Amino acid sequence: MKPELYQDAIMARARAGAADSRLDPHDARATADNPLCGDRVTIDLRLDAGRVAALGHRTRGCALCQAAAETLREAARGIDSAAAAAAQDAVRGFLAGGAEPTGSFAAFALFQPVRDYPSRHGCVLLPIDALRQALATTGTMAP
Amino acid sequence: MSLDVATLRAQFPLLAADPGLHYLDSAASAQVPRVVLDAVARHETTARANVHRGVHRLAEAATAAYEGARARVARYLNVAASEIVFTGGATAAINLVAHSFTQALSPGDAVVVSELDHHSNLVPWQIAAERSGLVLRAIPATADGRLDLDALDRVLDARTKLIAVTHASNVTGAVTDVARIVVAARSVGARVLLDGAQRAPHGPLDLPALGIDFYALSGHKLFGPNGVGVLWGRGDLLAAMPPFMGGGEMIRRVTLAKTTYADPPARFEAGTPPIAQAVGMGAAVDWLLGLDWPAIAAHELALAGRLMDGLAAIRGARLVGPAGLQARLPVISMTLDGAHPHDVAQILDARGVAVRGGHHCAQPLMDRLDLAGTIRASLALYSDAGDVDSCLEGLAEAARRLT
Repeated sequence: MKPELYQDAIMARARAGAADSRLDPHDARATADNPLCGDRVTIDLRLDAGRVAALGHRTRGCALCQAAAETLREAARGIDSAAAAAAQDAVRGFLAGGAEPTGSFAAFALFQPVRDYPSRHGCVLLPIDALRQALATTGTMAP
Repeated sequence: MSLDVATLRAQFPLLAADPGLHYLDSAASAQVPRVVLDAVARHETTARANVHRGVHRLAEAATAAYEGARARVARYLNVAASEIVFTGGATAAINLVAHSFTQALSPGDAVVVSELDHHSNLVPWQIAAERSGLVLRAIPATADGRLDLDALDRVLDARTKLIAVTHASNVTGAVTDVARIVVAARSVGARVLLDGAQRAPHGPLDLPALGIDFYALSGHKLFGPNGVGVLWGRGDLLAAMPPFMGGGEMIRRVTLAKTTYADPPARFEAGTPPIAQAVGMGAAVDWLLGLDWPAIAAHELALAGRLMDGLAAIRGARLVGPAGLQARLPVISMTLDGAHPHDVAQILDARGVAVRGGHHCAQPLMDRLDLAGTIRASLALYSDAGDVDSCLEGLAEAARRLT
């Protein structure tokens, strides 16, 4: 039997993620769209020596996308573009059945129920796409 | 006479095998009746060969089956078989016209599309316009998801060569006032293409009576196999159009220096066609032609009304599309305040209700309506009251859990 997707912890994070927490001023901004479902995430960053000092977002998307964007607000603090790339791989791998992410991205273990719903993996990953695009606008993209 | 839905439904093996499934995604892909599955299997086990080019008995049998399917589709549309082109689907059919019909157009000529249309009837025209310097204009959509035909005067001009619009919206179910489109088109000397992918499954058509020039439909929405569709085009127009794809079958004579082309429809069927799939599509339309369509239409609309009435009792549920049952298909889009369509669709799935959540390949319409997406329940001839009621119960649960 598939796990319950809309667990209280995910829904609580989703409700928090429904708010517009964009930053003004910001050092970087990027918007990522999921062409399959119409989810849209805008990520704002304040940077300190190329590392994320603060992250805000506006997410028009499903509960999973909103919860993931809100989780990213804390998880992304202090990372640079190389760490963002590694984190994206770690979360993608976790959703595909791999080990839980470590470090600040350990919080994404919250999305374990999503593993059984491959069509929804993109919803969790979209905010991280937007984060990487925002970091790329500052010229600090990881290879 | 009321429809015996149970008997109809029993002819669909997937539905018969899973009584707990409430399949409300027929606008995406319809289910396939046993008669179609049997026709495909029979073809592949008794007549599988390539068509048109061999002289052995299997080749003759395959050719007869393929051309027989063409004739069956022609009957469903009340047109000549010579005007039926088998394609890979409705998308391929529209791309064919977008490529080949526009070869005769000049920079500055216009094609009119619409804000209501599926990407398959938008993007090919954008590609053609960019390639050929054409002007692309769009009929806007109304707030209730119909074509705003009062805007026709503003979007048409003397250089408009083609109007390409949906016969019925895959999002709102609104059926286009084709007569009004045709009158406007003829007033400026323009042709009309209809995307019939949604309308065709809801009963046989009389394309000549519509007065249009091109019609596209897909097999997988017409209770047939995937990978096959049809372009109907007026004979004189097809005869004047250059090929879309080149290869075997579509030629008259090939030399290294030059190639001459076959007459339509062969000219537009390059390579080995989807033979078994076409046979399946032929079996599907044969089966459809034997059904009681007035009863089916009444049944489908009654179910649509049941669903629309039920939405009114669900907190935060809003219909997206025309409010009444006039000029519409049983394709019902809705939103739930505070809940994303994907989440609603996921909760419905847990209850065995298959709907579609998202933008439905209609992003311009979603932009117009300022929506990320909708939840879409699309009914077909095998849908029943249990499907609708389960959908409504699921929506109520989604409203409780997500909002």
